[in-house]
Formats: sequence, C-alpha cells, structure tokens
Amino acid sequence: MHETSAAPAVVHGPPTTFLSKHVFSLDHKVIGLQYYTLALFAVVVGMVLSWLMRIHLGWTNAAIPGLQALSPNGAPGGVMTPEYYLQLMTMHATIMVFFVLTTAPFAAFGNYFLPIQVGAEDMPFPHFNMMSFWTTFTAFLILVTAFFVPDGPPLAGWTSYAPLSAIGKDAGPGQGTGQVIWAAALGVFCIGQLLGSLNFISTVLDMRTKGMTLSRLPVTCWAWFITSCMGLTAFAVLMPATILLILDHVAGTSFFVPSGLVLNDQLVPHSGGSTLLWQHLFWFFGHPEVYIAIIPGMGIVTHVLITNMRRPMLSMKAILYSMWALAFLSYMVYGHHMFVSGMNPFSSLVFSFPTLMITIPSTVVVLIWIGSLYGSKLRINTASLFALGFISMFVSGGVSGFFLAQPSIDIMLHATYFVVGHFHMVMGVAAMFGIFSGTYFWFPKMTGHMMNETIGRIHFWLTFIGTYCIFMPFHYLGWAGNVRRYAAFTDDFLKPLIPVHQFITIAALFTGAVQLLFLYNLIHSRFRGPAAPANPWEGTSLEWIMPSPPPWNNFGGKDPVVYHDADQYGVKTASGADYIMQNSPEQALATSEGD
Amino acid sequence: MGKLLAVTIIIIAIASAVPFILHTWEPPADISTHGGLIDEQMSDTMIEAGVSFLAAQILLGIFIWQFSKKPSDTGKVKTFPGGAKGLVIAAIVLVGVEVLALGAFGSKAWAAVYFTPPAPDAMPVQVQAGQFAFYFRYPGPDGKFGPIHPEMINEGNQNLFGLDPANDVESRDDIVTAEMAIPVNKEVHLLMHAKDVSHSFYVPALRIHQDFVPGLDLSVHFTATKVGQYEIVCSQLCGLGHYNMRAYLKVLSQQDFDDWLKKQQAAQ
Amino acid sequence: MATTLPPPKIEILPVPDRSGNGHVGGGQNLIPDVANLRVAQQYSPPASSSAIWVGIAAICMSFAAFTSALIVRQASNDWRHITLPSVLFLSTLLLLASSVTLEVARRRVASYMLGADSNIASPRLWLYLTLGLGLLFVAGQYMAWLQLRSQGLYLATNPNSSFFYVFTALHALHVLGGLAGLLRAIRKLGNATLRRSTLNATAIYWHFMGVLWIYLFLLLWLKI
Repeated sequence: MHETSAAPAVVHGPPTTFLSKHVFSLDHKVIGLQYYTLALFAVVVGMVLSWLMRIHLGWTNAAIPGLQALSPNGAPGGVMTPEYYLQLMTMHATIMVFFVLTTAPFAAFGNYFLPIQVGAEDMPFPHFNMMSFWTTFTAFLILVTAFFVPDGPPLAGWTSYAPLSAIGKDAGPGQGTGQVIWAAALGVFCIGQLLGSLNFISTVLDMRTKGMTLSRLPVTCWAWFITSCMGLTAFAVLMPATILLILDHVAGTSFFVPSGLVLNDQLVPHSGGSTLLWQHLFWFFGHPEVYIAIIPGMGIVTHVLITNMRRPMLSMKAILYSMWALAFLSYMVYGHHMFVSGMNPFSSLVFSFPTLMITIPSTVVVLIWIGSLYGSKLRINTASLFALGFISMFVSGGVSGFFLAQPSIDIMLHATYFVVGHFHMVMGVAAMFGIFSGTYFWFPKMTGHMMNETIGRIHFWLTFIGTYCIFMPFHYLGWAGNVRRYAAFTDDFLKPLIPVHQFITIAALFTGAVQLLFLYNLIHSRFRGPAAPANPWEGTSLEWIMPSPPPWNNFGGKDPVVYHDADQYGVKTASGADYIMQNSPEQALATSEGD
Repeated sequence: MGKLLAVTIIIIAIASAVPFILHTWEPPADISTHGGLIDEQMSDTMIEAGVSFLAAQILLGIFIWQFSKKPSDTGKVKTFPGGAKGLVIAAIVLVGVEVLALGAFGSKAWAAVYFTPPAPDAMPVQVQAGQFAFYFRYPGPDGKFGPIHPEMINEGNQNLFGLDPANDVESRDDIVTAEMAIPVNKEVHLLMHAKDVSHSFYVPALRIHQDFVPGLDLSVHFTATKVGQYEIVCSQLCGLGHYNMRAYLKVLSQQDFDDWLKKQQAAQ
Repeated sequence: MATTLPPPKIEILPVPDRSGNGHVGGGQNLIPDVANLRVAQQYSPPASSSAIWVGIAAICMSFAAFTSALIVRQASNDWRHITLPSVLFLSTLLLLASSVTLEVARRRVASYMLGADSNIASPRLWLYLTLGLGLLFVAGQYMAWLQLRSQGLYLATNPNSSFFYVFTALHALHVLGGLAGLLRAIRKLGNATLRRSTLNATAIYWHFMGVLWIYLFLLLWLKI
C-alpha cells in the first residue's frame, strides 16, 4: 500500500486548448519534450554540417552535390571555399555545444523528470519554464539566420576569439553581421538558461514531496541540481561577454581590441582593449560549460546502471561528492585553454594544478562504476549498453586530458587534433551516449510505448564502433602535430596525413547514416511500439509509480510519500521482488549482498 | 551480448593503443636544446596514461563479461572486495600522486622554455604575423630595430613593418624577409608582433608554440641544433587563410647564414 | 464588535506539507486563525522562496564579470579619470529612500491583510511612493548620461565612459524589472490576490537593486 497525503490543488490547471497543450504549455513534461525535439533537430543540422566539413577535409577540391545551391558564395561549383569551411565549422560547434549538449541532457530530461523524481506536480514557476524553452528556441532561430545573411555566418569558431571576432567584416566573411547575430543568439540563450536554472534549483529546494529529504534524492536530481548551479554562474558570465562583444561591433567601443592594428593597410579604429580579456571571460564560462554538458550524463548513466545492475553503487556518496568536486574545480581550471595564449607563464602552472587534480574525482566516479559492476546482475539492454559505452568513452576521452593538462606537453598538442579528439570523445560521444541511454531508458515512460530493442542494439553497436573509428585517429593526427581548424592540409608535414582524414570521413559518414536507425526507432515506436507498462525496468524512483505516459498533473492530484532513497535494489523483500520503490513503506528483510 | 561487449571493449582499447606503442605517427624529431625535457614528459605521460587507459578498459570488459546476468543466475549480489573505500583511496592516492608527479616534473620542461631569460648574446629576430603571412625582420649591423608605425604599414608598396627610414635612423639597416633563417647552435631571441588579429607561431620540430597577442609584444627564445628546413605554421584561427599561413624556417651553418643575410640585405 | 459574526466563508484549500519536516505551510502562509480576514485565496504549493536568491546570485555573477572586465581594461594606458556626474549623489539617495518606503509599505500591507487596518489606500500609497522614487532614480540616471554627453563623453569616447554607460544602463534595466514587479504587486493588492511570498520576493529584489547600486556607485566613483 502506498500512502499519499491529502489532495492539494495544483500549480496550474489542466491545459484546455491545442495551444496550451502542445505549444505554450506550462507542463514541465511538454516543455521537456519540446527541448528534446529542439535538440534532435539541432543535432541533425550539426551532424550534416560535420559531414560537409569532413568531406572537404578528405577531398578538398571535390564538388559536393547540392552545396552550391545552399551557398553560391560559399561553394562556387560545389567546391567549398576555405572561409565557408570555417563558417560551417563555427556553426557546427555552436549548435552542438549549446543546442544539443546543454539542451538534451539537462533541459530536456531534467525538465521532464526532475519534478517527477522529487514528487512534485510541476516546477514552481511554470511560466518562467515555458519562457525558458521559447527563449532557447528563439536563440536557435536567431543563430540560424546567420546562414542566410549575405556574408554568411561568422568564421571565428565557437570560441570566437577577439580581435578577429570584434573588429568587424574586414577581418573576414561573416565577421560583420554574422558575428553580431552569433553573439546575440548566445546572449538570448543565456537568458533561457538562467530561467531554466532558476526553476531547477527551486524545484529541488522547495518542491520535494513529503519524505523526500535531500539524502533520498535520486542521483539524476543531484546531477541536474549541480548542473543548474553551474549554469547559473557560467551563463551569467557569458552574457556580459557577448554584450561587450556586440558593443565593440556596433557601438565603436574597444573592450577587446587594442590600438595599432592594421587590416587591409588601414588602421583599425579601436584602441586600448584587451585581447586576452575575451579569452578569460569566455573560458571562465567555457570550462564549466563542458561539465554542464557531461554531469547530467553521469547522473543518467548512474541511474540507468543501478537499475540494470540490480544493486546500488558501491558508494553513492562518493559519486555525489565527486560531482560536486568536478563542478567546483571546473571554475579553477579554465586557464588550461590559455597555456600558450600569452598570459603570464606562471599562471599557466597555477592553472595546470587544479586541472591535474580534477582527474581525481573523475577517476573516483569511474572506479565506483566499474567496481559496482563486480558481483552485480547486469542486465543488458540498449539503455545499459549505452551506459556501459559511456564509461568506456569517458575513460578514453578523459585519459587524453592527462596530456593536455600539462603546459609543457601542451606546447606540442595545443590547437592540434589531439585536443579535438579529446573533447569530441568526452562531449561528442560520451555525452551523446548519456543522451541515448536516457532516451532508451525513459522513452517508455514519456510515450507509453517501448522502443524496438533489436534496432536499438544495432544502433548501439554500430555507433560504438563507428565513433571509436572516427575519434581515436584524431589523437594520432594531433600527436603528429596536425593543426586544427585548417580548411585544407597544404603544409609539407600534413600532406602525408590526408589518408587518415579520409578514413575518418568515411567512418563519420557511415556512423552518421547509422543514426537514421535511431530516428526511425524513435518515430516508429512513438506510434506503433508495443504498449509500455508503468515500470518496465523495475526501477525504484518515483517516475515508475505513474502510468506511461504520465497524466498532466503527474501524481493524479495526490502527492506521493517517500520512505526510502532510490537505491533499494538487490534487497530481500516479503513479496520476493529484489527492489523496493521509494514510496513503498515496505522495509527490506535483508540486503541480497553477500561476499 | 554482455560477453560480446566485453570483448569488443578490450579489442578496441588494445587496437587504440597500438599506434602509440608502435610510434606510427610521431611528432617530428626534436631539433632544439630544450625539447628533450618536453619529449621525456610526453613519453612518461604516455606510459602512465596508456597503462591507466588499458587497465580501466580491460577491467570494465572483464566485469561486464563476468557479471552480465544469465537467466539462471539467482545468487546474491556481491560486493567488490574492499568496497568503495579501497577504490576511493586508490583513486585519490594513486592518481593523485601520479598527476602531482607529472605536474612537478613537467614544470621543469615549462620553466626551461619560459622561466629562463634569453642569453645576452642571443640573436634577435622579429616576426610579425598578419593575415595570412609571417614576415621577419633582422636588426642589421646597428643591432637595433627601428620603431613600427602601424599607420604606415602598406603591403602595396611592400612596407610590411611600417618602417620610416627617412626619420628613424635605426630602421635604415633593418632587413625584412619572407622566410626565417637562423644559424645552427646559436640562441635566437624571437620577438613576436601581431599586426591584425591573434595568430600563433608553431614549429613542431623546434618544440616551440606561442600565440601572437595583438597589443602585447611577447617573445620566446630557443636554439636549433640541426641544419635543415622546417615549417612555421599558424595555429590560432585567424581568418580564411589560416590553413595556408606558413613560412619556412631555415637552420643554416654560420657561413651559409651570413651569406643568406648578405643576400637579403642587398635585396632590401 | 457588538454582534458575533459567523466565520467568514473564504475558500481555503489545504496546503500540503512539502518541507518533509512536518511544518504545514512553512511560514509562508498568511492565514492565521482570526476572524475578519481579507485574505487572498491561498493555493498550494507554498511559493518557492529560494528562487529570488537564485536570480540574485546570477545577477551578481554578471556584474562580477563586468567588474573584472573593468579592472583588466583599467590597466591599459589610455585610461583617464572622468568625474562622476553630480546628479548621481541625489539619485542614490532617492533609491535608498525607496527601500525605506518599501519597508513601510510591506508593514502596511501586512496589517491590512490581517484585518488590523481596513484602509487599502495607505499600503497602496507607500507602494506607489516606492515606484515613484524608483522612476525618479531611473530619470536621474538618464540625467547623468545627459551630463556626460554635455562633456562630450559618449559610449565609445574612451574606456571609462564605455564602462560607465554599460554599468549604469544594465543596472537601470534591472531596476525597470523591479518596477514591473512593484506594479504587479500593487495590482494584486488591489484585487486581493497578493501573497506574502510575492511581496517578499519583490522587496528582496528591490533592496538588492539598492545594494547593487551602492556597490556600482562606489566602483564607478573610485575606479572611473
């Protein structure tokens, strides 16, 4: 028997019109799905951009069918110009980092499941929540318009270093209007994030149901809470940076542009700004941002694993403390992007110390995951396959950090494909695996249908092998000194590496095509998949007590009462089940743990 | 399928490590005096990183192999020997010591490049990076560089450094070149100037990598130990020509260098 | 009162215990057991009290970022001090006064809501006073910009003026947000839907605008 408290009124009423149900919804679940759809659309765009980039790198003079129609200036005769390569690269990175990696694991899954997992009907500020999605969507629209202005999108990379990004269109195609649009889109994105973080933090602090103490929160809630604290502080620094950058463009200020610069034989009319100031502001945001991209994934993987291992983690406390340590340290390490930037070389050593230290909490988490596998009853399904794949990818991506954290080695590896391999493995693959794992795990709950397990497994296998084939070779290229952000490889020492690039391109196109399986599975299962029970994975947390899909007010107007944490797996119960749900007053007879 | 995953993970891990073990792709051979420490650091880190990488992936694979559930398995769940405590201590102590050691020894290599001042008799050369070429300037017999007047920079009439020899005495004997030549085994003090946006000076063989920062005049110093021709490439995104921005570094015997400098001077 | 009145028929819905520690309402409730209430319809859940502090934390981070930009920029060699427009001293006092009037307003609202005072005009007046002082503050900022412009100091003239305009404009923008919040509180007071938590959050935000302004004022005075 599961207890509930007296029926309260709800945060908002049920939706009545089509618009309030599906478009301007106050329901956190709908908002979560809207974020997911946005991320899905964005990842397709970002992936197509990466294919274009990879084809050009492997076969620089090839005419790509259809590209001229997309951009007559950027690809006359279908052959990509170097500037268009950089423009596609800038947009690829910006779309992926912001609209996929910050959106899906955090905003999409977090919006959907955080209120449910704490036992609330919704977040405390549903109007802000709705605004946060539509603001993010608007930011995406603004960003995409950069493709359609005459000079095209900016080419300065997602890092957009000044002065290249600040002095205007003479610095290169897209550096005028395109760059301003880019900065504006990011500024608007920051507002959306702040509204979202506000809701997430308030939900965890103020909306937990009876019995849901902080120590009983599922690990995913902690991951989203930590991420929103980081988002609050990091995006609140990016916004000022974009404001100052826009002012340098449109108002003639000189925040980032020093005097004495000469472009096209003309003196640039700015003076006294600081080039490095942009880097400091950007990376103070930028480094926490990459942890914002990965920590929700770590939470999801932990959550999926304990359900599928049928036992709790060896120490959930160790994982939680490590996540907090990662979040905290992430603010202190940002200078490792600037080792050879011209900042004081002593500062480089200072920054390298916490960067090396951050290995420790990462290792703790990985060892706890692996150690918890020992003696477990690991169930293999697509969700757990992606979770296990995450561990492998996170190790691969993390280990290259050992090199990059040291300034002396960074002398050789800075701005090479070694860095590109590093961040793609942790962000482009591991974080994506976290999103996939969460999708396969929670799709039944969100839609009421099961996904096709066979197609899911094929998707996993081909993606797992494919992404290793794409991104491992990046490290070899970097080790040999292959500089990044090159539109073509004309240098003597780079020409012999072109066959490696061609291999990578083929792997990338293949792996990209495999994702069609995932898309098909999503869409087909949404409408034709077999009906999903309330608790297909025998999970303990509160999302499994509600029907699949949940009603508009989550718990049907009755607040659940919580008696346990979410780790009651591998226990002996009177009913014979090996788990106890959080809202069940039943106590374990014994744990199943032995030696 | 768990066993298949385990095997795949282990195979991929070993396959990934093979090119590093076999040194299939390597940085070019070191031609600098300070690079030995860097190379040592890189190979020490490779060993430690490689061992950690392989150990983690193989352990992951073994546990997935052993513990993916068989339908007949109804036994108890077992705990890793030592539980979380052992693992956390291992992480903190082993990894902590490892990274601290790497950091401590690595700082020596860093210090060799950045915390030692150039020798008083190091040969000064100035490099200016601008979209999309490197240009070099030698001070000439007076040993002094004339001032740069940015408003006078004019690629059209080849006044690449904005020099004003009419009014600045030191500029008159400055030698401006499109390639950089240096004598072997002689320390060079490279003064770096950015003309328009950020660039970077990267010569892998020389183990030198330093960004140009507009508004900041930085410098590095080094000694090349092997005669030959090497590429200086730009590694900080500077615009559409970034991929093509390159100059040649020629390390020559002292005699050949003197001849080269005389020829460049005559061509000014 | 001469006659005994029956208890008022006001719809009060039960508030679920969300704190996990047995307190109903968590102190946010404005429904004590007193007859003669003019109480807003309370509906659950009790409002989130942490949100305004979360917002304030974000705003602090942003101004910290701008401050660090100022400090870095100040190190360059084209920095020449500008004199703060004199109107800022007055507008500072106005903003501080508005915090005082807001506190008076809060107490008046509370006593009105509890039925101790039947006069809605008094709390409303003090809220409008706060609003008015806030508007005067923004006007004062505009006059400060005019004073700078009369000295030939525009946004891009020199780095000091750039930062002056950026800091004051952004602060004024946030103050406008606070004014909107005050207007909302006044409107809700009028139709009896004002919750104490709403007024609290509005007040905390407004006081923060004052604290932030004092910080900015000193920063501009000493650094610019």
